[in-house]
Amino acid sequence: MRRLTRRDSVVLGLMLGIPLLIDLAFIWGPAIASVFLSFTNAQGARAVAWIGGENYHFMATVDYEFWPAVRHNLLWLGVFIVIATPLGMLFAVLLNNNIKGTRIYQSIFFLPVMLSLALIGIIWQLMYSPDNGLINNIIGKTGQGNQIDWLGDPHINLWAVLVEATWRQAGYVMVLYLAGLKAVDPSLQEAASLDGANAWQMFWRVVFPTLRPINIVILVVTVIESLRAFDLVYITNGGTNGLELLSAIITQQILGAGNKIGYGSAIGVVLLVISLVPIVYFLTVQFRKEKQP
Amino acid sequence: MTAATDRAPAPATEVVHVGRPRAKRRVGSYVFLTLAAIFWIAPVLWTLYTALRPVSDTDAHGYFSWPRMLTLENFINAWNQGDIIHYFLNSVYITVPAVLITLFLSTCVAYVVSRWSFKFNLVMLLIFTAGNLLPQQVFLAPLFKVYLAISLPDWLSDSGKLYDSLFGLVAINVSFQMGFCVFVLSNFMKTIPHEITEAALVDGASVWTQYWKLTLPLCRPALAAMATLLTTWIYNDFFWAVALISTGSKYPITTAILNLKGTYAVNNNLLAAGAMIIAIPTLAVYFALQRQFISGLTLGSTKA
Repeated sequence: MRRLTRRDSVVLGLMLGIPLLIDLAFIWGPAIASVFLSFTNAQGARAVAWIGGENYHFMATVDYEFWPAVRHNLLWLGVFIVIATPLGMLFAVLLNNNIKGTRIYQSIFFLPVMLSLALIGIIWQLMYSPDNGLINNIIGKTGQGNQIDWLGDPHINLWAVLVEATWRQAGYVMVLYLAGLKAVDPSLQEAASLDGANAWQMFWRVVFPTLRPINIVILVVTVIESLRAFDLVYITNGGTNGLELLSAIITQQILGAGNKIGYGSAIGVVLLVISLVPIVYFLTVQFRKEKQP
Repeated sequence: MTAATDRAPAPATEVVHVGRPRAKRRVGSYVFLTLAAIFWIAPVLWTLYTALRPVSDTDAHGYFSWPRMLTLENFINAWNQGDIIHYFLNSVYITVPAVLITLFLSTCVAYVVSRWSFKFNLVMLLIFTAGNLLPQQVFLAPLFKVYLAISLPDWLSDSGKLYDSLFGLVAINVSFQMGFCVFVLSNFMKTIPHEITEAALVDGASVWTQYWKLTLPLCRPALAAMATLLTTWIYNDFFWAVALISTGSKYPITTAILNLKGTYAVNNNLLAAGAMIIAIPTLAVYFALQRQFISGLTLGSTKA
């Protein structure tokens, strides 16, 4: 590297400095500030007092929405890992086999990824509507008394929303896997095929291990998306009545009538700590090799 | 593999069939994929079908019935009653500047950290990338306070504050999306051979020339992919307007869905038509720029 002129160093400084300042002011500054706010009783515009761990105590022992929200987020993650991701993978593996019409299938599975989650919520409300929805009409549950209220019944509405979420997530995973599969060296499979490997062994012993980088990305995307889940439950009923999620109860606390900024921050900190696990894992794997020159 | 190879249009490479391709298994694949595809497309088709039917028809015969006639009337009514053009324009005023500013700022950062070997490069990348991975609600509370505290001149925000202004939405979208863009673009720029820019340096080109005239033109495919992705994401964003806008008439279209549900009352036909209208811009991207969109997604994921 040659020695920089003064003008060049100023330009470089601005090119990095301005975006950094924006990032710190709007993302990291507030993220760190929320840790401090979580130990206060900040609410609306009133004076702020330090109250130690009281918010956390209240959250764990009194708040009847907190633990259900944690359970729902975990269930969300579970469904993504057990159903949505394998389904997307399966689509990708089947469609990678130069099957006839593969582009059409791909386009259909990918369609929901383009739609906003708010719109997905509306579209599925039309599907789930107790008397006018397609689903109840097909299974014959539209009569008085035997209707299924998919989105209103707190025992089943989370599962109904998870169908919506899976509808979108599987297509997303499929696209990422298809890109990964294209990079798998065909000669590897040829060799394994000559050795008499069957399709199952071929996938798990030959193809899957070479997809390691993409597997990591998908794992991280899956965990982060399930922690971020918000739009679908908010558009459905505001994130209440069986659809409580951490993101939704934080939003209610902060923006709701009480403006409980301190308490909302405390739940936010819980979410922050949980999110740091996949984030740190991803960054370590992703940037480890760059440290070695 | 490198990011560069991903940009190639999906080649119709002869993939060796897994195992011995038995006819039975092929049929099984087709049956499974076709059933899945029907399930996948059904919600969209149901919405479209509902939107195309006159209310008088569905009132008389129910939604689950054969059509007596199809009409575009619902689309016209949804458009007028929902004042859709107004919310579309809000979305444009937010999305266009946000995409341009995000691209500009993130190419700046990506250029510095990928073309120069400063000690702090890795830390910078970590800060930007990690920031984009946080759930938005984590920093909502302080952000909300900051937005209420910052005053803006009237020509920028009629609320006089960063809160409840389109400018505020542009700012938060830029800040939040920058992280992902920096990550992807810096990976991309690393694949550009150093000889290209070094020769220019010897000729005495300034840092700015090197960035603007040499590096950016080489990034065109990545920039096209990111622009497509960002436009879709920011247009589709729902949460920030919920959190940082209090006047319903300032909502971008995606968030305005919340109010449209009320405007259309319980008229499912209108709601379905409104939903299809709102989907049109992203569907246009889907049909015209699907490859850019997908390559944007995979640029971020297949860096090995």
